[in-house]
Amino acid sequence: MLQDKDRIFTNLYGLQDVSLEGAQKRGSWDSTKYFIDQGRDWVIDEVKASGLRGRGGAGFPTGLKWSFMPKESDGRPHYLVINADESEPGTCKDRDILRNDPHHLVEGALMAAFAMAAHTCYIYVRGEFIREREALQRAIDEAYKARLIGKDNIHGWDFDCYVHHGAGAYICGEETALIESIEGKKGQPRLKPPFPANVGLYGAPTTVNNVESIAVVPTILRRGAGWFGGLGKPNNTGTKLFCISGHVETPCTVEEEMGIPFKELIDKHCGGVRGGWDNLLAVIPGGSSVPCVPAKEMMDATMDFDCLSGLQSGLGTAAVIVMDKSTDMIAAIARLAYFYKHESCGQCTPCREGTGWMWRVLERMVKGQATKREIDMLFDVSKQVEGHTICALGDAAAWPVQGLIRHFRHVIEERIDQYAANPDTDGAIGEPVAAE
Amino acid sequence: MSVRRIAETQPESFEFTPDNLEWAEELIAKYPAGKERSAVIPLLWRAQEQNDGWTSEPAMRLVADMLGMAYIRVYEVATFYTMFQLSPVGKKAHVQVCGTTPCMLRGSKQLIEICKKRINKDPHKLSEDGNFSWEEVECLGACVNAPMIQIFKDTYEDLDEDSLVKLLDAFAKGEKPKPGPQISRDLSCPEGGLTSLIDVPAYVPLNLKSSETTSEDTNTEADIGQAAATKLMEAKPVIDLEKDEPSEPQAPLSDVDKAEAERMPEDEIVTNGAPAETEAKAGEKSTPSIDDDARPDSLENPRDGEADDLKKIKGVGPKVEATLNSLGIYHFEQIAAWSAENVEWVDAFLAFRGRIGREDWINQADILSQGFETEFSKRAKYNEKPSNKPAEGDE
Repeated sequence: MLQDKDRIFTNLYGLQDVSLEGAQKRGSWDSTKYFIDQGRDWVIDEVKASGLRGRGGAGFPTGLKWSFMPKESDGRPHYLVINADESEPGTCKDRDILRNDPHHLVEGALMAAFAMAAHTCYIYVRGEFIREREALQRAIDEAYKARLIGKDNIHGWDFDCYVHHGAGAYICGEETALIESIEGKKGQPRLKPPFPANVGLYGAPTTVNNVESIAVVPTILRRGAGWFGGLGKPNNTGTKLFCISGHVETPCTVEEEMGIPFKELIDKHCGGVRGGWDNLLAVIPGGSSVPCVPAKEMMDATMDFDCLSGLQSGLGTAAVIVMDKSTDMIAAIARLAYFYKHESCGQCTPCREGTGWMWRVLERMVKGQATKREIDMLFDVSKQVEGHTICALGDAAAWPVQGLIRHFRHVIEERIDQYAANPDTDGAIGEPVAAE
Repeated sequence: MSVRRIAETQPESFEFTPDNLEWAEELIAKYPAGKERSAVIPLLWRAQEQNDGWTSEPAMRLVADMLGMAYIRVYEVATFYTMFQLSPVGKKAHVQVCGTTPCMLRGSKQLIEICKKRINKDPHKLSEDGNFSWEEVECLGACVNAPMIQIFKDTYEDLDEDSLVKLLDAFAKGEKPKPGPQISRDLSCPEGGLTSLIDVPAYVPLNLKSSETTSEDTNTEADIGQAAATKLMEAKPVIDLEKDEPSEPQAPLSDVDKAEAERMPEDEIVTNGAPAETEAKAGEKSTPSIDDDARPDSLENPRDGEADDLKKIKGVGPKVEATLNSLGIYHFEQIAAWSAENVEWVDAFLAFRGRIGREDWINQADILSQGFETEFSKRAKYNEKPSNKPAEGDE
């Protein structure tokens, strides 16, 4: 259980003054110049030593990612891009940072930009977050006015910070699609290599980081890598914003220690599962892209990268979707399949065709209007999508389906049996439909 | 992918208002020269806002001309991004209902039924009076406030059938209902009261200053900030137990160093590059002599040849442990028995003054000496550093 004195986002719920003055009272912008004066390598080493892993889903060590940027500029500018295109179903943590604690992000952006020798930062906010974008812009304007950022600022590192926004495309959360989108194109991911650290935004070295990864950096530097590294579990250090949605009594966003037991998280902050623990059916522990975990296995799980990947799932963005026994699992996953079909950018055939195919089959399975051999076929097709696309959206579309079949095959089979026993008037089961 | 086509009937032309034109100039200046097309999404969005919430084909042409883009490139963008409405929407409200799983689990289907009944049975079609339209959208990123809708710029959260009906009634009357959660709750905070952030201590400023600004006469060192950390290493006591003489006078800890020391665990500093050659300055506070009265009981060698793992104490790393051992301290009992004088004496040999009291070593040692574990030792982190093994993939 994280204590209040160790929380980074002290205005998470917007109950206090959001302005620069209020943020400064809570510690933002304290001694920033001192840390900048320690030098680039010091900042990177400190972030590395803290064990901070990227909060965008994949959990890549943040300090290591920064160190991939070229040490010396070859004439091209360096860019920092912050990914605030928060669209993963279940995830709404960055929203609270943007609207209630934006100075953490702006200060972190300055520090991160300094560490990678970038003078310009673009913060890409998803299009739907209009009020959040306005709040962030206000914070940036305040910082410019107080000469905390900008040309000739008091920190001695010229730094411009711009807010850019999208217009409703989940795929722009993928880093190269996000770069394409800033360049004014459709958000279709690029092939890697070359990686953005070499050829990124406008062909220049670029690092793309999640909002939360950047926003925790000022506090890590102020309180020391040892403090952050001392929270959580080895290799899964620090604090994390958890968003708990679905069938709990009081859904909420809360900052907790990494590695907190799942049961404790739900009991402490969410008033327990609706209808009690016996009523728990399954949990999607890290946003829609990770496979679901059945209740039995989830009960003893801890919320960190390593434990959850041991359960063939993942921490992802720590967006916990709780489902009780009233849930139609097939319909829940079918809705996610529709989401991925809707959000596929369309450039890779396995994903463009596969996501739609999987969704249509699942929609039939919701009614039981399928044959049992189609379950294996669906699994097989999901394996053909996974790993055969430019970006990870194909994988993200395949994993929930695989999780469903792995853990709830019996439910699909029962539904098919039920339908076969009671076909409705137009219910003759035809040959499997491949594609429209 | 979703199939999106522009409306069949399009207006004759589209022009930005003078205000918006001025805004557009500022916007374009945010992007490097030659990269003006980056502004395409914000410009189209502004055009949509000006055009009663939908993007017309003449607006796309105008934006393309302003940014020097081919028409088809802007058309691509407008049809790719789903927030660009390609046909007219309700004047009073275009209701976007989030239908993705987290909202679905909490009842978004019922909300959609209401929209179908009240507005139009099909999405993207206007209601009879032209004031309303609706659509089901993918996750709007307010999952802990599910189910929710967005109407133009604002979100309305924690809805049920009744509150949605009330909202739609209010919009029909031209009112502006309060956005955010429609139940008694602050934003994403748990309903019924806080479970965290109840007792946040006031922030105590560090007010760290680089030596560059505080001591202007030390201009010989190029990077004083960097050197501050390395100075600390130099300042560490070198104790030769065979001689009864204290080692050479300790380099004083300047204010910077102390502040640094307050903040950083020692192990971090040691990794901080090669030690710089720094001269010991005259001390304000020198290290006490090794045979001072305040020296705690010490052992020449650990009992039974086996020292306790002092790193189990929070605040003791390998470096501090070596220092303690060199002072003849090998066991938890020894630390547990320290008096205030002893603490002061030992403290003087540590690069980070004051940490013995701050981290409560004596209590920790007391617990550990009785064979129990502390919170810190339980986690067994004292010898495990988070590995930086790269994981597959990226953000």
